[in-house]
Amino acid sequence: MDGLTQNTGFNGLLSALVFLPFVFALLIFVLPRNDNQVRLLAVFGGIVELVLSVFVFVVYNRGESGFQLIDRFNSWIPVDSFRIEYFLGVDGLSVPMVLLTGLLGMVAILASLGITHRVKQYFIWILILQGAVFGVFTALDFIMFFLFWELELIPMFFLISAWGTGRKDYSAMKFVIFTFLGSAFMLVGILALNVSVGTFDMTALPELVQGGIKLVIPAGAIFGLLFIGFAVKLPVWPLHTWLPDAHTDAPTAVSVLLAGVLLKMGGYGMIRVTASIMPDVMADMAWLLVTLGVINVLYGAVVTVRQTDLKRLVAFSSISHMGYVLIGLSAIASKGVDAASVGLTGASMQMFTHGTITGLMFLTVGMIYDRTHTRYIPDLGGLSNRIPLIGVGFLIAGLASLGLPGTSGFAAEILVFLGAFSVWPWLTGLAVFGVVITAGYILWMAQRTLFGPMNNRWEKLTDATKLELIPIGMLIVVILLFGIYPALLTDLFKMGVEPIVAAVTSSPEILNR
Amino acid sequence: MINELATWFIFFCPLLAFIIIGMVVWPFVGKKSKVSGYLTIAALLSSTILSFWALGSVIQNGHALEFESHNWLKIQNVDINFGIMLDGLTTIMLVVVNSVSLLVQIYSTGYMKHDGGYSRYFTYMSLFTASMIGLVLASNLIQMFVFWELVGASSYLLIGFWFNKPAAAAAAKKAFLVTRLGDFGFLLAILYLFFNSEAFISNGLNPFEVIDVNNAVALGVISSSVAGWVAIGMFAGAMGKSAQVPFHTWLPDAMEGPTPVSALIHAATMVAAGIFLVARFFPLFEASKEVMMVVALVGGVTAIFAASIGLVQNDIKRVLAYSTISQLGFMMLALGVGAYSAAIFHLFTHAFFKALLFLTAGSVSHSVGGTFDMRYMGGLRRLMPWTYGAVMVGGLSLSGIFPMAGFWSKDEILNHAWHSSTVVSDVVFWLALAAAFMTAFYMFRAVFMTFEGSYKGGAKSDPDIEISVEVTPHESPKTMVIPLIILSIATLLVGWLVNPLTNIGSIPMHWFSEFVHVGDGHEKVLAFNKMLAAISSLIALLGILLAYLIYVSNFGIFKSLQKTTSGVYKLLMSKYYFDELYEDVIVKQIFYSKLAAGLDLLDKSFIDGIVRTIDRSGRNIGRLIAQLQTGQLQGYGVVTSFGVLLMFGIYLIFR
Repeated sequence: MDGLTQNTGFNGLLSALVFLPFVFALLIFVLPRNDNQVRLLAVFGGIVELVLSVFVFVVYNRGESGFQLIDRFNSWIPVDSFRIEYFLGVDGLSVPMVLLTGLLGMVAILASLGITHRVKQYFIWILILQGAVFGVFTALDFIMFFLFWELELIPMFFLISAWGTGRKDYSAMKFVIFTFLGSAFMLVGILALNVSVGTFDMTALPELVQGGIKLVIPAGAIFGLLFIGFAVKLPVWPLHTWLPDAHTDAPTAVSVLLAGVLLKMGGYGMIRVTASIMPDVMADMAWLLVTLGVINVLYGAVVTVRQTDLKRLVAFSSISHMGYVLIGLSAIASKGVDAASVGLTGASMQMFTHGTITGLMFLTVGMIYDRTHTRYIPDLGGLSNRIPLIGVGFLIAGLASLGLPGTSGFAAEILVFLGAFSVWPWLTGLAVFGVVITAGYILWMAQRTLFGPMNNRWEKLTDATKLELIPIGMLIVVILLFGIYPALLTDLFKMGVEPIVAAVTSSPEILNR
Repeated sequence: MINELATWFIFFCPLLAFIIIGMVVWPFVGKKSKVSGYLTIAALLSSTILSFWALGSVIQNGHALEFESHNWLKIQNVDINFGIMLDGLTTIMLVVVNSVSLLVQIYSTGYMKHDGGYSRYFTYMSLFTASMIGLVLASNLIQMFVFWELVGASSYLLIGFWFNKPAAAAAAKKAFLVTRLGDFGFLLAILYLFFNSEAFISNGLNPFEVIDVNNAVALGVISSSVAGWVAIGMFAGAMGKSAQVPFHTWLPDAMEGPTPVSALIHAATMVAAGIFLVARFFPLFEASKEVMMVVALVGGVTAIFAASIGLVQNDIKRVLAYSTISQLGFMMLALGVGAYSAAIFHLFTHAFFKALLFLTAGSVSHSVGGTFDMRYMGGLRRLMPWTYGAVMVGGLSLSGIFPMAGFWSKDEILNHAWHSSTVVSDVVFWLALAAAFMTAFYMFRAVFMTFEGSYKGGAKSDPDIEISVEVTPHESPKTMVIPLIILSIATLLVGWLVNPLTNIGSIPMHWFSEFVHVGDGHEKVLAFNKMLAAISSLIALLGILLAYLIYVSNFGIFKSLQKTTSGVYKLLMSKYYFDELYEDVIVKQIFYSKLAAGLDLLDKSFIDGIVRTIDRSGRNIGRLIAQLQTGQLQGYGVVTSFGVLLMFGIYLIFR
């Protein structure tokens, strides 16, 4: 039970990535004498994290699959049957997620520079949040994974309730309770696995569980427990109602992080945990995944059409777009290697791409709100006259969101559809109709906010400052880069999902590699 | 012989123009910088030259040029490659798109001269042209879809160019949405092909390569019924882009864009994309008789349906818009009866004479102060001789009068429909003939209302337009007139010169018809049918005569036909109530007010309601239990004693 021998060593890069935000949070707590120094330190921290995450993306060797950049102490908490390890590592699935977190962390910090209320605490929480999310995406010990998963709740709670708008206390509490409930189920699932198999090593679990070890409770039950935890986070209908409230009431940067990376923890967990450890159960349950996915897509899209609050609209569109993740995952039921790989790669790609696109959307919506102090769509209109640069960012985010080719949104959607259609043609066909409704609400939103005659109230609005243009520009570049050449990402993702595909299709072609 | 890089540059030139104007000129040099126009023109001039080189190379080569394709995405055995397919069809499309676009850009430098968004305009124009070129070059289905959608997106930007006008913003959205509805089918067709990917891959084919898809039926990789479903899906996409009934409603509204935009996207490019798509996958369509019948019928119905609406429009651009829909119907019905080369020939000639007509409409409107309403024009013949001449050439061509380009291509379509011997082809032949009559009538109704009679004041008389400066009608500037002249010459020549009845010098007989065939050559080129040509010409002349009698002559009976009270007139004027059906009934009443509102309510009250109920009951239970904590020691003592007794009792019972 000693885990796989190749997964040992200590590289240090990932440890730095995960713990430097905490170090910066501490520094901010101790050092600065005024708010500007806090901001400077936070920006510096964000840059360091961005550079490190880009570095991870670049140094990850695409030539060999499996986990790399491993940081592991075998005896962190050395109780024999309950050994908890310090174990970090990345594979093709997590590397892009790390990049996403570094990128959106930077964007969030830049978007927060206008915060004037309790600046010190604010940035401390943001940095802790970022560190926790990095932890989730790199932890390979199940308990560590869970600790980071829970840790993320604390900064979120304070960020929403102290710096939010509207019914912020209600929304913050709702968010925490929902996630907590989900994680309670998840913890039971984790413990059940441990009792059966005797390890928390996430890299060893797949082989052990699939090897036919007797589980203390039925595999389906463990699957269900774990899945609920992730389903709340993604979110899967009907567990989604925390999302519109939390997104709407959170401050801009927190909405960016919430939609951009926190939701992806759900999808990441589904692939990293449920699909990896119990691919056969996942394949058996694929009908449920695709059904819920179609509901998410269509229900989310139709409800989005009715929203009149810009942020709420974007929030509901997120629910719709996360449905594509589920639909992509449902391709796991394919007997063919191609469709399964394409579907799972598409699902992962959708997570990354939605993170950047919705990040950009919340960012620009936040900038509009900062200027107009309203998010009520009928009050807006003609804004392109006064704030064309923000308008361009907003429109690009919108077009990417509706899956326009040339943006990463298209690459993700087409892969999801191709993969899932091969297994579930009718249901996927229904979901494809989602792209029409999406185009409808996006363009209608653009028409009502950016175009048409301008309300005289907006005569004095000023366009984005140079500082604001940096995060907008960063996200646009990423959206276009991975849209024009998606192979940069899909090559990684397909390596990440390869073991899962091999396990479900038992394809000798892959297993022999 | 053109090489691959040079061919790619046909696409890269406008793309580079887009990037440079969009990222450098517009933000840094100026919103109204002349440089933008010049850059676009330079880029398109280069592309046009390269296109002619490509055309020459394919002619010289005798068959399609083949280039290596490049991998865009690879997952396991799934390969998505981007490459160039350079055959007769592509090169013809390249020449049409580039040369028309070039002329439109030259014209635009005059037409848009005073517009505040001059640089923005050329940014979008370059992007649009690049997308369209990318579409016709594509050798891969996904690649095609990519550019297909980009054409849609850039047309969205162009139609909504004057985004402050609510009508323009709405029209842009409508164009994108209606075409996307068709793309839903196109996307399903792609997915269905991939559904059969194992059959492709085991035969060494790729389900996304255009050539492989086209060969799949003949090689027995997919059955003809699979091919039929794929073709139907693609046809849905084509109907959207080419504005076939019932997807036609976006095109007339799209006239809200600047007129040169209409000339480009509604004559030579975007709307032709649907025809191009069907032509590109023609072998796939031909594999299924039923699909071909559907294509022919949709085309035939569209041709007459749109022509009938065109009869009563007062806005000159709307007349041309419905005329475009109708002509696209002609092309579609030609494809449906198997007349592949005739359809492409008509696409080719139509691109020139319709661009010409749109540009003349722009010229007229420019001259009368900005209105497009023909009721406020009239008498412009003497004032605008060049424009008038251009309109006559274009109008006669549209009506199908010898020796204009339109005569030759329309005749070929009618000839094929006549010779094809199915029930459907008989029906569409008569539909087409009737539509030809209407076409001649509405076109010359427009010509007479605009150029004959007395001048009725232009924009000044139009209550819908507020003008700040008084304009007297005048001929347009050179930058606008020169493209008109070039297009007029093209309209006079291209018909008989590129597809001649006998060998003319080095141009062989039926050159065009032979050339667009990639080399399969199974469609016989029909001999020119003199009888049919005479009949269709006569019908067109009758249409023109009727228009003359009603709108120019002063014969009482005919004059009274101008009256606009009859029920038929109302039906036509309201465009058969399609917009009302779609927008008011389906979108507003059914979708928005019922379905979306219902689900929104369900979400708020029911699903979130359950959450709130759980929340509330949790609190209530907590409060209930909290009430037990009274703080009185006696009470606790009683409960504890009972508890001990109870446990003891249980112990005794279950011992």
